[in-house]
Amino acid sequence: MKAEGYFAGVDVGSLSTETVIIDSTGKIVGYSIIPTEANSTQAGLESLEKALLKTGLGRDRIRRLIATGYGRVSIPFADKSVTEISCHAAGAQHLFPDAQTVIDIGGQDSKVIRVGEGGKVLDFTMNDKCAAGTGRFLEVMAAKLGVSLNELGPLAEQAREEAVISSVCTVFAESEVISLVAHNRPKEEVIRGLHRAITNRVYSMVTSVGVHGSVTMSGGVAKNQGVVKLMQEKLGKSIYVYTEPQIVGALGAALLARKSE
Amino acid sequence: MSVARRFAYTFMKEVGAPVAMRAGRAGKKKKARPLKPHFGPPLKCTSRLKEIMTRHYFLSRYAEGAKPVAWVTSGAPVEMLRPFDFYTVYPENHGALCGAQRMGPELCSVAEEKGYHQDLCSYARIDLGYFLSGKTPVGRLPKPDLLFASNNICQTVVYWYRVLAHHFKIPLILFDTPYNFQEINDRDVAYMVQQLEEMIPTLEAASGRPFEEHKFKDVIRMGKEAAHTWGQVLATMKAKPAPMTIFDAFVHMAPIVSLRGLPVALRYYQTLLSELEERVSKGIGAIKNEKKRLMWDNIAIWYKVRDFSNLFAEKGMNFVTATYTNAWSETIPHMHANQPLESMAKAYSLVILNNNLNHRLRLMEDLIKAYDVDGLVIHSAKSCKPYSVGQYDLKRLLLDRLSVPSVIVEADITDFRTFSEEQTRTRLEAFFEAMEG
Repeated sequence: MKAEGYFAGVDVGSLSTETVIIDSTGKIVGYSIIPTEANSTQAGLESLEKALLKTGLGRDRIRRLIATGYGRVSIPFADKSVTEISCHAAGAQHLFPDAQTVIDIGGQDSKVIRVGEGGKVLDFTMNDKCAAGTGRFLEVMAAKLGVSLNELGPLAEQAREEAVISSVCTVFAESEVISLVAHNRPKEEVIRGLHRAITNRVYSMVTSVGVHGSVTMSGGVAKNQGVVKLMQEKLGKSIYVYTEPQIVGALGAALLARKSE
Repeated sequence: MSVARRFAYTFMKEVGAPVAMRAGRAGKKKKARPLKPHFGPPLKCTSRLKEIMTRHYFLSRYAEGAKPVAWVTSGAPVEMLRPFDFYTVYPENHGALCGAQRMGPELCSVAEEKGYHQDLCSYARIDLGYFLSGKTPVGRLPKPDLLFASNNICQTVVYWYRVLAHHFKIPLILFDTPYNFQEINDRDVAYMVQQLEEMIPTLEAASGRPFEEHKFKDVIRMGKEAAHTWGQVLATMKAKPAPMTIFDAFVHMAPIVSLRGLPVALRYYQTLLSELEERVSKGIGAIKNEKKRLMWDNIAIWYKVRDFSNLFAEKGMNFVTATYTNAWSETIPHMHANQPLESMAKAYSLVILNNNLNHRLRLMEDLIKAYDVDGLVIHSAKSCKPYSVGQYDLKRLLLDRLSVPSVIVEADITDFRTFSEEQTRTRLEAFFEAMEG
């Protein structure tokens, strides 16, 4: 049994920053999600303050803090920085102990991780140098269609047919969307087509790592039921999604902070 | 070949080059090198290597008109050219040099402006960029009298060298090597031998010299011995700690690539080998704290060799083997001076890039076991499709069969516009965490 105290993980992503605070048993006692905007250090700080406020704890109660995500190096108050790959593996394994395949679709990158015993990263792959297959892809398209990100999933449900989006490139896919809208294609069908495009893109990454054990999805896009559903169909198996999939990386960071103390 | 040029070349070779090299040495002595905290003592041979390569490029300026000059692909059977006394220039080696000096994008852009696509191999773009602009860090490359290419490394060289042949209006000899799907048969060998035989009159005409078999056999013997010695040099890295790193080998491979079949290459590797053997006997490692041993796959990322060398050394990780450096010794046992053409056909058609993926998997497994490798860094090179295809499968198979973790770095050999610092850092850090955890 570990000594009393709390541990924090701060995940500074390209679009959002999350903080998770856990107690010495690993239970989440508070978390926050805020947009990252222009200053990573500021975002990290604000997100931590917000999470602390929810728990009513002071900063001095945090025994150890690990920063992760693409802005991990700009968190001066972190005891250590760890990549989001290790953190997502740790977070996913803690939430779903039988999950060996983690699909994380974040704002600007997506990754597939093969997790071994104790949350150890056995293998991973990440998207290459473009926004295809990331949350940014859906964000750009949602803006173009004049709907919010949260509406994408439910709207796709209503589609009778599915538009074909052939390009995986965000810029070219946007032109396709404009053209489809110009041809009066219902936006529900376009959205469903977009979900298919992102799913296919990420699926090719899944196959390069291989599917092992149970599968879990995290990151903002995992909130989109439409994408999760299509991915389940494609994999032929159900996918675990945590109620707040955006905080899995920060949770992993907090768990690693507890473990490394 | 003019008499005056021949005289100038001989003078520069015997007098000019040694004087210039001595001056270079004297100039360099004044500079004290900063100590590198994570590394063992540097290799003494490095200064000799620099001298050899500088001399090679220095003399090449005087070779034009004095000796027959050939531009050659890295996988071509250059032993055919040596008895005719060709001065050989390797555009790929020149490309690597430009890449290491961070001139890749500049020269590639010249070719791109003339319509060559960004997806074309950056060695080809650099070479065409040099041809079109004359820009190079080595002063000048001699104009070729002959082009010599083999498609045992890729198909790109065929078209690249055709472009050169068109511009220079000179003969191109293409050595066509059937791809090894399962095994090469007698018909394949006969087909290649016939090509080698047919080259001889063209080489005689281009060089103005007759073919002399005894010279040819000497070249084969010497080339074989140099490649064998290079293999022994690499094998010293089986020792723990390894006396050199693969980043050193990326630099020290220059003579086996571009001076193969010449006495200087053999002598150099004999000297390097004895230095490395001494280091092994004294337990001197290339890096101070060798905690993990790694393997590299694919061509080097030339503009990152120094950064990567420091980054991995800091982590106590040493690259001890690479499929790339190994390629210049791998098929050399096939070479025999008493059956020169047949043996050369085999040695040159069974190289890694002309061989099937099962072969590559077995080779990688063998290297991992022989060098006691803990992890693998795979460079997926935008330029080199034949080398990069199948890497994701190899990665997965090696993890499943030998439990060796690996990471893929998406980059290019010389064109750093395709390199993303931030993304690469995250991938490598995650790899370090997995290796350490």
